[in-house]
Amino acid sequence: MKRGLAAYAVAAYLFLHLPLLVLAIFSFNHSRFTVWQGFSLDWYRLAWRDPQLAEAAANSLLIAVVATLLATVIGTLAAWALWKRDSPTLSASLYTSLVTPEIVTGISLLAFFQWTFRFLNVRLGMHTVILAHVSFSIAYVVIVVLARLRTLEPALEEASLDLGATEWQTFVYVTLPAILPGIAAAALLAFTVSFDDYVITSLVAGVDSETLPMVIYAMARRGGNPVVNAISTLIVFALGALIVASERLQKR
Amino acid sequence: MRRLRAIFLTPAYTVTVGLFLIPLAIILVYSLLSRGAYGGIVFDWTTENYRRLFDPLYGAILLRTVVIAVITTAICLALGFPLALFISQSGARKNLYLQLVMLPFWTSFLVRTYAWMFLLRDTGLINTALQSIGLIHEPLPLLYNDGAVLLGLVYGHLPFVVLPLYATLERMDKSLIEASADLGAGPWTTLFTVILPVSMPGVRAAALLAFIPSLGAFLTPDLLGGGKTVMAGTLIQNQFTTARDWPFGSAVSLVLMAVVMLMVWRVVRTKGEGLV
Repeated sequence: MKRGLAAYAVAAYLFLHLPLLVLAIFSFNHSRFTVWQGFSLDWYRLAWRDPQLAEAAANSLLIAVVATLLATVIGTLAAWALWKRDSPTLSASLYTSLVTPEIVTGISLLAFFQWTFRFLNVRLGMHTVILAHVSFSIAYVVIVVLARLRTLEPALEEASLDLGATEWQTFVYVTLPAILPGIAAAALLAFTVSFDDYVITSLVAGVDSETLPMVIYAMARRGGNPVVNAISTLIVFALGALIVASERLQKR
Repeated sequence: MRRLRAIFLTPAYTVTVGLFLIPLAIILVYSLLSRGAYGGIVFDWTTENYRRLFDPLYGAILLRTVVIAVITTAICLALGFPLALFISQSGARKNLYLQLVMLPFWTSFLVRTYAWMFLLRDTGLINTALQSIGLIHEPLPLLYNDGAVLLGLVYGHLPFVVLPLYATLERMDKSLIEASADLGAGPWTTLFTVILPVSMPGVRAAALLAFIPSLGAFLTPDLLGGGKTVMAGTLIQNQFTTARDWPFGSAVSLVLMAVVMLMVWRVVRTKGEGLV
């Protein structure tokens, strides 16, 4: 039985990894068809020169960086507050936002933005995408930072307070440095979630805020284009590296 | 101390209320209003949008969504349990094996779905390979059907299932297995009469983690199902884009959300622990 289990595990790992591996291999294919005709970097070159992809990549990076910064700050502060004393309302709301189907989050944000536009003279664009991303990534930041805070010795903060430091000084000079790896891990996670999102983004994006996943989606729908293989391979490896980094930091 | 905590909570409260709870409240109001002649919203209170869910056309879509989610969950559990069992018995390599399961789950969901399009479509790898060895002459219709959607959902949510199953198996008292073997039970008997019953809480949590995202899936049925497989997620998106019937789309969203919350609430209550 033990041997059968190991054989099964090999098959399961192949099922999990082979699709992406095959995609990565064929991104280096010389042919535009799915027949191997030798190694080439043509599709990477084409992807690099494509102005639409370049603009989408720049948009995605800008959105992910700004949303990550905001979500990390807001989420870290909230995690500290929840660590001191749980706030059932906030916890329940964050929990709910995590299990809400993306399509529901997306259309409710779309409806909300359209409604506010009746009073404000703005349209859908980068700002609405960033707001949406901040909103759905805060829960991830809170969970990761809170897990880190729970490993802290409460005596650490008590000692600082006993020695005359204010609450704020204690937070900045004692607690914050101690949970820094957790905060960095949370930021990397938030960045990944933001950079990869398609469903919510496509609903709240405007004409000037097309992101990389939106371009990939459109290309995938149109049919066989090896440029998508190349750009997908880059994304998988870049995001994979970030996640490995994030997990290392969480264990530190 | 109280003041700093209040200050630290304020931004998170503002974002959660402003960008999550208020938008949901707007959807709730919209779901009770009527659609205008040109797709707008008319302040005409009605329960018509909810009654339309019982229309055979939409009822069938909702039923189909639940059926697909149930089958996905069952397959995920069946595939995930032996994998979790294998990992929990792997000694020093446990963490590595677990990471190997979780890693693809974190890297781009869109790209992982696209990878299956690349494999399954008419000019995709599987059809091209089968044609080149002469096994088939016409490409097999692998993409844009229910099977492809099911495959994509199982592939996407299998890692979700392995993690809680592994956690329960890891926490299980190993002497139970030894006791069972000492008393003469074979490995299969031990599996079905000892290991499986003891890990039921993990199985419940795992089922929830596969069922909820499958129920609300949009990207998988959209890309792998083509226009054919309509699930609740694609129905909602359709009402908000091409059909321009926001009130009805809102009603479907809220029903979906209610089912999800009910499931979560039941499992959280039986487990007796929260998330954060």
